[in-house]
Amino acid sequence: MNAALLPLVVMVPLISAALLAAVPGPRWLRGVLLLAPNLGALAAGVLLIQATADGSVYAHGIALWQDGIAIPFVVDVFSALMVTTTALLTVTCSAFAIATGEDRARFFGSLVLVLSAGVYGALLTGDLFNLFVFIEVMLLPSYGLLAMAGALRSLRGGRIYVTVNLLTSTIFLAGVALVYGVAGTVHLGELIGAARESPLVAAAMAVVLLALSIKAAVVPVHGWLARTYPATSPAVTALFSGLHTKVAIYAIYRLYALLFEGDATYLWIGLVAFTVTMAIGVLGAVGENTTRSILVFHMISQIGYILLGVALFTPLGLMAGIFYLIHHMIVKASLFLSTGAIENAYGTSRLDRLGGIARREPILALVFMGAALSLAGLPPFSGFVAKLTLVSATFEAGQWIVAAVAVAVSLITLMSMLKIWGGPFWGTEPDSDGRSDREVRSGSAPGGVSAPARPTVQPKVRPAVLFPALVLTTATLCIGLGAEVLLDLSAQAASGLLDPAAYLEAVTNR
Amino acid sequence: MTLAITIGALVAGAVFLMLQRGMVRIVLGFVLLGHGVNLLLMSAGGTSRRDQPLLSFGSPENAADPLPQAFVLTAIVIAFSITIYMLTLAATGSDDDTEDAS
Repeated sequence: MNAALLPLVVMVPLISAALLAAVPGPRWLRGVLLLAPNLGALAAGVLLIQATADGSVYAHGIALWQDGIAIPFVVDVFSALMVTTTALLTVTCSAFAIATGEDRARFFGSLVLVLSAGVYGALLTGDLFNLFVFIEVMLLPSYGLLAMAGALRSLRGGRIYVTVNLLTSTIFLAGVALVYGVAGTVHLGELIGAARESPLVAAAMAVVLLALSIKAAVVPVHGWLARTYPATSPAVTALFSGLHTKVAIYAIYRLYALLFEGDATYLWIGLVAFTVTMAIGVLGAVGENTTRSILVFHMISQIGYILLGVALFTPLGLMAGIFYLIHHMIVKASLFLSTGAIENAYGTSRLDRLGGIARREPILALVFMGAALSLAGLPPFSGFVAKLTLVSATFEAGQWIVAAVAVAVSLITLMSMLKIWGGPFWGTEPDSDGRSDREVRSGSAPGGVSAPARPTVQPKVRPAVLFPALVLTTATLCIGLGAEVLLDLSAQAASGLLDPAAYLEAVTNR
Repeated sequence: MTLAITIGALVAGAVFLMLQRGMVRIVLGFVLLGHGVNLLLMSAGGTSRRDQPLLSFGSPENAADPLPQAFVLTAIVIAFSITIYMLTLAATGSDDDTEDAS
């Protein structure tokens, strides 16, 4: 494989974003410009997985500048898996946005493309400072998307989102400065094991990890997520849920593995924080009354599960965590998209305003149920495999309390999913009064396609709107049935994290 | 030491402003915080060597570390653009910035 092609994964979406902003084309051309770069990234991700599945690592310094000056791009199987999943999510969420007409908003496509370019960059970079820059590249368009999705309703959410993220970025930058000050480098290859040897670097890295934990919405710094994500449009929520917090999770995995080399001294902090995250997240979902805010709280709870892998830092734990991460990105986006389809057709996501959807939209109901069962961890979906490996990893590590909490939280997740299932899907249809006085959606698509239907017309979810969620639910079913493939890849990724020798060799010998 | 005290003062001011209610004060707090962190980045490269960071124009003993300067430049641009965006948010929409009358 030619490692010099790696930066293309970031460059192609950026160029396409510029084209999309500059060229006024017919709608199909804009759709192609929006979808093609990420379909390309999907193909590139699959090729990268093939190339790195044997544990090899490829690295490239842009423009062949010498080490420490160039922007380093590194890919191993972990980042290749993440790139593939990210591309899949961006494609499906863009397709959803095209189907609902949301992409007609000026610059919507460009912002999504820049966002995805930032995510790819953050996943592929091998340098703390470039990680910061790419996270910013990812965040800046998301501010625009958030503001675009709704003027007044999301203003408060937008303010919280921007302030929290700017604060977090600044803390992250301060952490990078401290690391540079005490270690003299920000290149991950040169920093391997640095925090294990020097408590100063460990303290500096703690600042970086704190910033990443805020971005990943770990309890007790999760409040911003629950207040901002429901304030935007369904497609954007799905996109953010799949990408933003997950990049932070990826970075926590990568940095803890490389810099601390799994130093067991600090693992208990993670175990406590992530167990509390699981419990608090799912309890927060109990009091919510719209489908999307329930799902957002589930997301916080699941972040605890995913990060347990790094807090255990055993081969099985890391493997389970990585598998869980991939599974969760797909399932959560599927749930957001299928409830987004309801919101798009019926104009609301309030539980008490919806009912009887299962009878009217059997396919949508199946898609939602599949993803919900997968999230709760029932066979044959991927969630079962993910939860099973994670719980057995906690047993293996002797963390009985954590395992018990994980199982209990899983049951509560299922219960609150039943709340959505029993209300909008299976419950009785509200009378026409209930639907006619529904609140005016300020976050509706600018194209006007999703304008609330008149009470006399029965709204119906169109197949094109449903299709993206269907693809993702099928994906989780496939991962569940053919779990062996992804488990092998996750195990390979975990061994890459446990033993960074290949990483070190790739980034230093070019 | 001067630098450390300055950074401390800037961050303290930033925290104080950010705990206020109005959006504009929060933005000003972020401006202070950004400056504090930029100074922190600069001090990470060592402040004793103050020559130009280009070796062809000076001696390696006194040349400043170019890496923190590049970092700070990037950070300034990012912080600047987000500050403008936040000011736009502060100027649009509802008036939840108004102080409680008391």
